[in-house]
Amino acid sequence: MSQLTRDEVAHLADLARIDLDDAELDHLAPQLNVILEAVASISGVAGDDVPPTSHPIPLTNVFRDDVVVPGLTAEQALSGAPEAEDQRFRVPRILGDEQ
Amino acid sequence: MTEVLVPFDEVVEKFDPALGLEIHVELNTNTKMFCGCPAVFGGEPNTQVCPTCLGLPGAMPVVNGKAVESAIRIGLALNCEIAEWCRFARKNYFYPDMPKNFQTSQYDEPIAFEGYLDVDVEGETFRIEIERAHMEEDTGKSSHVGGSDGRIHGADYSLVDYNRAGIPLIEIVTKPILGTGDKAPLVAKAYVSAIRDLIVALGVSDARMDQGSIRADVNLSLAPKGSGVLGTRSETKNVNSLRSVERAVRFEMARHAGILLGGGAVLQETRHFHENDGSTSSGREKSDAEDYRYFPEPDLVPVAPSREWVEELRATLPENPATKRVRLQGEWGFTDLEMRDTVGAGALDLVEQTVAAGAAPQAARKWWLTELARRANDAGVELTELSVTPAQVAAVQALVDAKTINDKLARQVFDGLLAGEGTPEEIIAARGLAVVSDEGALSAAVDKAIAENPDIADKIRDGKVAAAGALIGAVMKEMRGQADAGRVRELVLEKLA
Repeated sequence: MSQLTRDEVAHLADLARIDLDDAELDHLAPQLNVILEAVASISGVAGDDVPPTSHPIPLTNVFRDDVVVPGLTAEQALSGAPEAEDQRFRVPRILGDEQ
Repeated sequence: MTEVLVPFDEVVEKFDPALGLEIHVELNTNTKMFCGCPAVFGGEPNTQVCPTCLGLPGAMPVVNGKAVESAIRIGLALNCEIAEWCRFARKNYFYPDMPKNFQTSQYDEPIAFEGYLDVDVEGETFRIEIERAHMEEDTGKSSHVGGSDGRIHGADYSLVDYNRAGIPLIEIVTKPILGTGDKAPLVAKAYVSAIRDLIVALGVSDARMDQGSIRADVNLSLAPKGSGVLGTRSETKNVNSLRSVERAVRFEMARHAGILLGGGAVLQETRHFHENDGSTSSGREKSDAEDYRYFPEPDLVPVAPSREWVEELRATLPENPATKRVRLQGEWGFTDLEMRDTVGAGALDLVEQTVAAGAAPQAARKWWLTELARRANDAGVELTELSVTPAQVAAVQALVDAKTINDKLARQVFDGLLAGEGTPEEIIAARGLAVVSDEGALSAAVDKAIAENPDIADKIRDGKVAAAGALIGAVMKEMRGQADAGRVRELVLEKLA
């Protein structure tokens, strides 16, 4: 199992918009590798007769009828927003200066 | 940077274009893809939302069965295989139009794949290979505040309305379309048009490009003529009319050629299309934007359409629009030009329904493509949006055939129909439009015209029948248009025989 490099962790942190400084990267990269190794041991246990799955319960085709159900009012929807304006969610500038 | 645009003829002389089209179709289901919020256009901001489409913690999505059905029907209409088993995937990116910080889409397991659609351009058929059609959800709508022109660049902050977030989308992706040469812009347009026709025939979407319910992304690359390689592509996003699709391809061909002939390299990037001058400009702001880290969606179970279900849905498919056109043209006896004009005017279904209501095909075509097309144009609406129905057009034509009214009076009947004055018969009665069939009045008007135009009358007596037109005109004027011109002609010629 290949190791996750420090650069890869930095890249992932950037994609996830998590601001990590050098000390944190040094600290976290090895820890993530330990976690990956622990998870990887599953592939040692699962034989060819155990297919990978994305869901713990072997169900398919769980569908909803195309019928409208009441949702939230705009007031309720916006109640948790840090900022709102014109009945819309107000978000900070999307494009940063450097981008 | 100023762009060098190479003339189109030179581009196709030196390069082979490769097209690729991605079309997003917004489905017309009642509810969103993964929750029961209404999926209609135009509600007050953030009034069609719930914890699921707002991505609130703990909210659980459930797939809209009707949307899966529409996806399968689209796939079948595009001659695709339908997956026996497929999953949704999370497409991860940080952008406020998706409150979950991912879009639920499909990645390597699309519901439909490996299909094709044939399109005709100037008598030549191009087979467009479809790579896949997959299910996903639409994003919210942002508006940008501050800055110069409401664009994202230079904005101080943005406001987001999530009514649209979660509306079901089907994305249809072609394989690279090669060998189109100088027809590339027209093939791209014809393909998008054919997809729109198909979607309309299936009834799975409003199919309004102007409202964004069908949106096209246009990929284009050029390779040196005959090289057989694929060049670096650009992707022009959200091209929202058929004409714009053609223009975007034309512009990108000219731009790419300018770069390549100047010894440069085309940058692989997204571009924005500008309706005002048909140009594109560089669009992608973030270099890491393609790093989506897809993984299977753990909150949704796989979709495994049974073969029985797929066959049931196949049986519901409408006649292929292209096949239907060929059939109708044969039945109606239209020339290629008449057929093309009818289709181009969006009048095919209207003419078909008018013919079904009893009108002769040529008469149906005439009313929709001249009189009614002009009125739709004046009102700035589509023909289908006029308040005149095919049954009414057939009824008006029946009255013309019965000589109750003539074509000129029929136009006034259409005025009445558009003004909501009732049935054609009621309008004729209320407006006093019926052709005067009182032979006495007609005869008197003919006598009057002859008396007032002795020179013309003499010519006709001398056998110059062509001169009769002037007298007929005078009679029609006297009768204020309410006469059967054919009968007037007969009377004139009888009296001057």
